[in-house]
Amino acid sequence: MSSFPYLTVTAAAPLVGMVAITALPKERGALAKPIALLFSLITLGFAIACAVAFKTGGPQYQLNENHEWIPAFHVDYTLGVDGVALVLLLMTAVLVPVVILAAWNDAELGDGSAPLTGRRSIKAHFGLLMVLETMMIGVFVAEDIFLFYVLFEALLIPSYFLIGSFGGARRSYAAVKFLLYNLLGGLLMLAAVIGLYVVANRSPVGATFNFPTLAYAVTHGQLDMSVGTGRWLFLGFFIAFAIKAPLWPFHTWLPDAAGEATPGTAVLLVGVLDKIGTFGMLRYCLQLFPEASHWLTPTIIVFAVISTIYGALVAIGQTDIKRLIAYTSVSHFGLITIGVFALTPRGQVGATLYMVNHGLSTGALFLLAGFMIRRRGSTSVDAYGGVQKVAPVLAGTFLVAGLSSLALPGMSTFISEFLVLVGTFERWPVASIVAITSIVLAAVYILWLYQRTMTGPVTEQVKGFKDLSFREVAAIGPLLALIVVLGFVPSILTNFVNPAITDTHIQKTVTAVHATAPHHSQKPGSSGHDLALSPLPQPAQQIGSGR
Amino acid sequence: MSILASSVHAAAAASNGTTTFVTPHVEYAKLSPMIVVFAAATLGVLFEAFLPRKVRYYAQVALTLLGLAAAFAAVIALHATAAQTVAQGSVAVDPVTLFLQGTILVISFIGVLVIAERRTEKGQDAFASQGASVPGSQAERDTTRAGWLTTEVYPLLMFSIGGMLLFPAANDLLTMFVALEVLSLPLYLVCGLARHRRLLSQEAALKYFLLGAFSSAFFLYGAALLYGYAGSVTFSDTDPSDPGIAQAVSAGAHGSALLYAGVALLGMGLLFKVGAAPFHMWTPDVYQGAPTPITGFMAAATKIAAFGALLRVLDVALLGSVDVWRPVIEAVAIITMVVGGILALTQRDIKRMLAYSAILNAGYIIIGLASTSATGISAILFYLPVYGVAIIGAFAVVTLVRDSGGEATDLSRWAGLGRRAPIPAALLSVFLLAFAGIPFTSVFVGKFAVFQAALQAGAPQLVIVAVLASALAAFFYLRVVVVMFFSDPLPEGPTIANPSIAVKAALAIAALATVAMGIAPAALLHLANNSSVLAR
Repeated sequence: MSSFPYLTVTAAAPLVGMVAITALPKERGALAKPIALLFSLITLGFAIACAVAFKTGGPQYQLNENHEWIPAFHVDYTLGVDGVALVLLLMTAVLVPVVILAAWNDAELGDGSAPLTGRRSIKAHFGLLMVLETMMIGVFVAEDIFLFYVLFEALLIPSYFLIGSFGGARRSYAAVKFLLYNLLGGLLMLAAVIGLYVVANRSPVGATFNFPTLAYAVTHGQLDMSVGTGRWLFLGFFIAFAIKAPLWPFHTWLPDAAGEATPGTAVLLVGVLDKIGTFGMLRYCLQLFPEASHWLTPTIIVFAVISTIYGALVAIGQTDIKRLIAYTSVSHFGLITIGVFALTPRGQVGATLYMVNHGLSTGALFLLAGFMIRRRGSTSVDAYGGVQKVAPVLAGTFLVAGLSSLALPGMSTFISEFLVLVGTFERWPVASIVAITSIVLAAVYILWLYQRTMTGPVTEQVKGFKDLSFREVAAIGPLLALIVVLGFVPSILTNFVNPAITDTHIQKTVTAVHATAPHHSQKPGSSGHDLALSPLPQPAQQIGSGR
Repeated sequence: MSILASSVHAAAAASNGTTTFVTPHVEYAKLSPMIVVFAAATLGVLFEAFLPRKVRYYAQVALTLLGLAAAFAAVIALHATAAQTVAQGSVAVDPVTLFLQGTILVISFIGVLVIAERRTEKGQDAFASQGASVPGSQAERDTTRAGWLTTEVYPLLMFSIGGMLLFPAANDLLTMFVALEVLSLPLYLVCGLARHRRLLSQEAALKYFLLGAFSSAFFLYGAALLYGYAGSVTFSDTDPSDPGIAQAVSAGAHGSALLYAGVALLGMGLLFKVGAAPFHMWTPDVYQGAPTPITGFMAAATKIAAFGALLRVLDVALLGSVDVWRPVIEAVAIITMVVGGILALTQRDIKRMLAYSAILNAGYIIIGLASTSATGISAILFYLPVYGVAIIGAFAVVTLVRDSGGEATDLSRWAGLGRRAPIPAALLSVFLLAFAGIPFTSVFVGKFAVFQAALQAGAPQLVIVAVLASALAAFFYLRVVVVMFFSDPLPEGPTIANPSIAVKAALAIAALATVAMGIAPAALLHLANNSSVLAR
């Protein structure tokens, strides 16, 4: 309940950068790079300010802003974050400047893996990145379901142009496939969003898109939704998120999109965009449709376990480095989904941490692979060998990122994977045990990739490799540092995430009513009251100091 | 009682010698938008007869734009009018009428800006130098060299616009039929007047005329059967001594077979005009053959007028038999969306693709019709103007992409257009993304409104089909974007005309409206909500 619009400012900062980039004269297009970097750093600053202003242990949704938008549909411009949204906002704000720094020359030079065709406008590239950042932040901080949907769909457009204009040889195919898959999911979700609105309109809660209000109504029986309707609406939301995440069998767009996009775009695709899917499952599917979530959980867990194993197996078989990393992500997203639908606090905290850590570690892996591809001009694993001897820093950082991806203890990913598996074991022991095999498979695909590219005799083409430049180290360094720091001090994240998860946890879905509307707090059971009533053990302390 | 019906009565009465002819009372002020447009059209005919050829073009364009602006001012002046019927009950002046009339006038104004364009082709416009000359003949070459222009287009358009203003306002079947003919006949003519590919254009005009005449005949048959059923052609008349169709339907008059057959035939006539499947066959051919600025105008304005008429027939006259026609309308909506979506996929020509997309969009609007609620009406009222503005903008971009034989409408010729002409390509992308229902565009909000009305009315199956059709549609809209932005330019690709300031203004207005109504639709939605009142 602050008067300063932290979230609007954070989301709008990149948009200002986009306007500045658009205003550049054509011959000074190269200035777009420093401008984009500057504004993404400003955004990061604001995001950190948001985290500072956020009171851990305070109301569930904070930094709220509320303005009327489309009164005819009861749509408001409502922003606010809980702990989960906040850490994802931070992750986004960290990744974008890193990507800009790493993709400094991608717009005009391509990633080096394909002959240069298509439009190579520096202004367009960085302008689109800035718009994309605004929308990504908006998706995480939107509290109005309509606003969330609108941004969820709209961010496909800048991503589509980023893949289609700047990617590799089959970029146009990959871009269209990406957009069609996601658009189909989004349209199904649109039907469900409207359906939810119509249901709310007929219920005591009244016509609204406000998520906290609706979630509160769900737990307090103020939403007259039949079991059948609830299940259909749940499916509408879930399929959209499953395509976005992506979950097997909706995953086929990801290897194409991430494989053809420039490494920078691929990082944002896999690191941030896909998180919207798992974030959506955690927030919207579980809290709005608890009955339907329980109903479909066994099926979803099966799909997620298949995702985990299938993604890992296919990754082992890949010969293209970027596609390989994309498939490892399918495997990781399977684990995240398992954690979300384990319906235990531990599993969900783990899944949330996993979202952040996966963004950092896979982001680092993609960017380092991109640096390597730029040097050699090939995405094929076979084209490399012995890189370690000519470019030790590149090889070393690649190894760290890779070990983080396979969840080595000491890396941040270990904690999240461990929590997910333990949290799942409490309820779904078989699924948990089967999913554990993916850890072994992860060691295979990462270490084998490292062995084939970095070790062994130095091949002819690799001989002239330069080691990482200062710009590249500056891009990758912060990511690796964060991975290690969060590995040892996970409480940085868990302080935010734990209260949010215990609040949103499905067994006792308790939602603090929107804090900007104090008159609502007259309703029975505002946050603190209900939390006190809850019989569930508070896992916050256990998790925070767990290791 | 309508004017026409009253004169029939009066004539019958006069033969009995019981009453004398009563002069019908006409509220001219309430009809002023239509009167202004028809007066401008008539004046345009006189211009054509008496002004020297050199000044005709300028005089006609000025007159047309002034006439449209004056008529719009008349609509604004009437905005506070309560819902009522005027001219002996034959014309309904209510918020729906005024909203649609205002929309048609604005759309026509933008349309005329594009139609009057002469810069894209060195002083010539989109129309044949002389409609009567045989294609390829010496006469054609001579008139072209002499720089003749077919300025008759402007008065013809004004007559058509006048008919469009009357069509959604007509409150009895005969007035509606007259309006239908007044709006259609001039359009048949101007469709055949394309400067390039004249045979294609004339074929389109003939097809449009023949099929249009068929549909008019269906309409008339239906009107006759409904008259036989209800004993009246007026949609709704609360005077108990002379009940209208609505009163007969709700009283459950005898002869429901007449009612059903009449509704079916009438519906065919009207669904033909909106381009709904299975009465859509003419749309792609006519859209392709007609001069492109006319196509854009037709796709927008005719559709608005025809949906207004359909809305009035269904929601005023036939509301009592809603259970009978709703399943049919729902089926038509589904067929229209499926046909429009699937056939658009196979098109190689941008104009034909946009034609099928128009069919698809007609399907979305019909969903709103099937909802028969104030929510449904206001959804339609929002959808029509935003769609109209976007489609007119899309066709305006098509007029700019030219090669030696006029416009280059084949999609393969558009490769790499985004790099050669980023601004037109970006504008077209905005319109296409709007049709695809991407958020932050006006058509997305329109779709949202329509889907919401359908779900409120308990028709989730329509929304499911619409959503799947939207996903299908996204594919062919995106294909154009892919061709323009992700392909490399052709070595001998088409040239991009640099249009006059009028066309630039029209495009800017269309694009701005499309984006602004997506980001801040509250005002227009509010207006549409307040306008969803029909005179009953």
